[in-house]
Amino acid sequence: MMRLELVKRPQRSMLFSALSPFLAFGLTIIAGAIMFALLGVNPLSAFRIYFIEPISQVWQLHELAIKAAPLILIAVGLSVCYKANIWNIGAEGQFILGAIVGSMIPVLFPEFEGPLVLPLMLLFGMVGGAAYAAIPALLKTRFGTNEILTSLMLVYVAQLFLDWLVRGPWRDPQGHGFPQTVQFNDSAILPELMPDAGRANWGFVFALVAAVAIWILMSRMLKGFEVRVLGSSPRAGRFAGFGLNRMVFFAFLLSGALAGLAGISEVSGAIGQLQPVISPGYGFTAIIVAFLGRLNPLGIVAAGLVLALTYLGGEAVQSALGISDKVARVFQGMLLFFVLGCDTLIHYRIRLIGLAAPKLEAAPKLKEAR
Amino acid sequence: MSANHDGTTLLEVRGLTKIFGTLTACDHVDLNIAKGEIHALLGENGAGKSTLVKMLFGSLEPNSGEIFWNGQAVRIASPGAAKKLGIGMVFQHFSLFEALTAAENIALSLDDGSPISSIAAKARALSYSYGLPLDPESLVGDLSVGERQRIEIIRCLLQTPQLVILDEPTSVLTPQEADKLFETLERLRSEGKSILYISHRLEEVKRICDRATVLRHGKVVGHCNPRQETASSLARMMVGNEVKAVVRAPAEGIETAPALLDIRALTRKPATPFSIPLKNINLSVRAGEVIGIAGVAGNGQGEFFESVSGEVLQQDAASVRIRGKDAGGLTITGRRLMGAAFVPEERLGHGAAPRMKLSENLLLSRHATDGKAFVGPGGMVKSAAVYAAAQRIIEAMDVRKSAPDPEAAALSGGNLQKFIVGRELDRRPSVMVVNQPTWGVDAGAAAHIRQTLIELARSGSAVLVISQDLDELFEISDAIAVMHNGQLSKPLPIAEATFEKIGLLMGGAEPGHAEHTLETA
Repeated sequence: MMRLELVKRPQRSMLFSALSPFLAFGLTIIAGAIMFALLGVNPLSAFRIYFIEPISQVWQLHELAIKAAPLILIAVGLSVCYKANIWNIGAEGQFILGAIVGSMIPVLFPEFEGPLVLPLMLLFGMVGGAAYAAIPALLKTRFGTNEILTSLMLVYVAQLFLDWLVRGPWRDPQGHGFPQTVQFNDSAILPELMPDAGRANWGFVFALVAAVAIWILMSRMLKGFEVRVLGSSPRAGRFAGFGLNRMVFFAFLLSGALAGLAGISEVSGAIGQLQPVISPGYGFTAIIVAFLGRLNPLGIVAAGLVLALTYLGGEAVQSALGISDKVARVFQGMLLFFVLGCDTLIHYRIRLIGLAAPKLEAAPKLKEAR
Repeated sequence: MSANHDGTTLLEVRGLTKIFGTLTACDHVDLNIAKGEIHALLGENGAGKSTLVKMLFGSLEPNSGEIFWNGQAVRIASPGAAKKLGIGMVFQHFSLFEALTAAENIALSLDDGSPISSIAAKARALSYSYGLPLDPESLVGDLSVGERQRIEIIRCLLQTPQLVILDEPTSVLTPQEADKLFETLERLRSEGKSILYISHRLEEVKRICDRATVLRHGKVVGHCNPRQETASSLARMMVGNEVKAVVRAPAEGIETAPALLDIRALTRKPATPFSIPLKNINLSVRAGEVIGIAGVAGNGQGEFFESVSGEVLQQDAASVRIRGKDAGGLTITGRRLMGAAFVPEERLGHGAAPRMKLSENLLLSRHATDGKAFVGPGGMVKSAAVYAAAQRIIEAMDVRKSAPDPEAAALSGGNLQKFIVGRELDRRPSVMVVNQPTWGVDAGAAAHIRQTLIELARSGSAVLVISQDLDELFEISDAIAVMHNGQLSKPLPIAEATFEKIGLLMGGAEPGHAEHTLETA
């Protein structure tokens, strides 16, 4: 009989810290192949449709950028939270509130046009997301609530609030009863980057700028140092004079603002109006992106592109093979599962051990092991 | 007090070796423990004592070497296996649940399903028969550190071990409590049990141990009979050379010097059910002097340190005054900006962030006081300047390390302490508050740290040292106050202070009645 044993490494392994996302991706592919086979599809052709075809033409790359932009924007914000050991799970809600608050301008003042409209909308979006994120921060600092639960539950509040808005007070009166707001006027639409080549809009640029800015913040600035100290050893952070409560607000407001920016960019860019559902779960998928990207903003850009591809692949297999696009969710879930599993290897190594009773046995002379 | 062991060997260790990466923590260690003897394991911190003991107790696996128990080769794969053999261990750091009773804590470790009431009865009987009275129904949170140690000892004895390993048992006891413990150990020896006694306190080893094995840098450097050695000859074996004695220049004109740190009627409610409230603490530390605060661990020293450092704020701003100004309402950053510096007891996780580089750990306490030097416009860290300053401290304090700028956790405890103390000294603070300055630091480095603290005071700073090491306090202090149960005694000038007087105060005697003995310790 053999058994596996996890042995703690004396130091964290840099190798596996870098390798873990790739290992996880490999395991996801293997598990995905089994899933496709069980669904009665040839895994190889399914993978070609899932991972290769959606990015084989230029316009498709633009679609990839559209999907990746909100994921990256949200995930870089979340990475700051998670580095600080603060668990904002409610980015989906902050995304929706950003979209709603930013949309106030084109929906309530459709006559207001000009170059000021868009910057104001983006600003409102960030304020909306940040304000919504301030709720769990306030609850945590004042009453000691668990921010995982409060931020998560506020997602459902936000979703239902949006649903009520577009069916009720904000419904387009000329919309034939459809639950949606008016189409935004032209000055409220986020411009496309290269209209001739594809639909990708400035949201992707925002995402890249945010990633670089957060990278500088975390690696070069005192504030980033504060985040890392408080996240890894709170007592040392207190000794340094950094306030944990202030950090809770900083992390929530920053990640909320970025999620809000993602939300308003999505509705003013890709959609053009508010609808009952404006996100295929970007706020949750971004959690996977953040961890797959090692909580490093530059890694997150790469991870965001990979996860965006899982959305496109899901749509592709649905139209080509008639498999539900829920496949995308399955792939995302497996990726997170495997990346968290593989992260164990950063701190532990696996050892195979013969299953013998660890008792009073006559010990064979121990050789120089290892 | 002759050893009555019959000469037969209980435990024999041959060539035991443990390697961590590039460090050989134990290098072909040989050790013999006879039945019915108290055997001392001597060595400085980092000499490999803990590693050796962990291998004997099954919590570490040796890379090579053999262990013989009653003449038979054994492999000790786990603490459970060690207990089955008959090896019991009392750790230096207790593992007790404060919210449970003593009996419940014992039951958890016995794991044999016998009812609590019978365990409590057994524990009570055993504790009285060994002169370590213990009420099994009492909550651990309400007990003193000495009493908690009794639980650990009783828990260990309930498993009727042949060999009891005690790791630095007196480091948390008053001198009087230690005497009690020694009586118990002698009682165990007379019953034919063996004791492996780990310590770096030479006087007590000379007093109770029959034989000693001395470790240095992971190697056995000698076996001896401690009674035939002098403290200094034992120290030489441990350290390898003479340790330079600390020189305390006479403090002149202290009486007229201004108080740089003034603590007035400092009171603090307990933050958790198990923390110690501070009761009306008054203390002045003047420019030029070193004041020591003695006390058994867990009598409010940690709470006191947090209050003085500003990690916890005071409601009454005048209860802590730095350089003549109220500081009680200021955060630790505010107090640092007034010229104060602090070194906490815990190094990893409090004084330093374990997974961060030394240069980053320099920034930890000095990002505000040295804001101009270390932080540029827009909050950008000037990493080159921070790195250079860290290297300067590393050099000044002789910090030994394996890489130019290693993570704090990669350093040995003593070397990290040198860096943390050096980080504050480098600022030339006018008020320095240090909790346990040399805990776990080797003798040479400890002497260096003590000397620098005295010199800092003599150059015009006020130095407050909290320590559980009385030798240390007597070496460096101009006056010693004692903290007991959240109260602080009046400082005794060093000329009047004796071990006995301080020891009685540590045990809770009223300052006026210091000449009476304490009935129970």
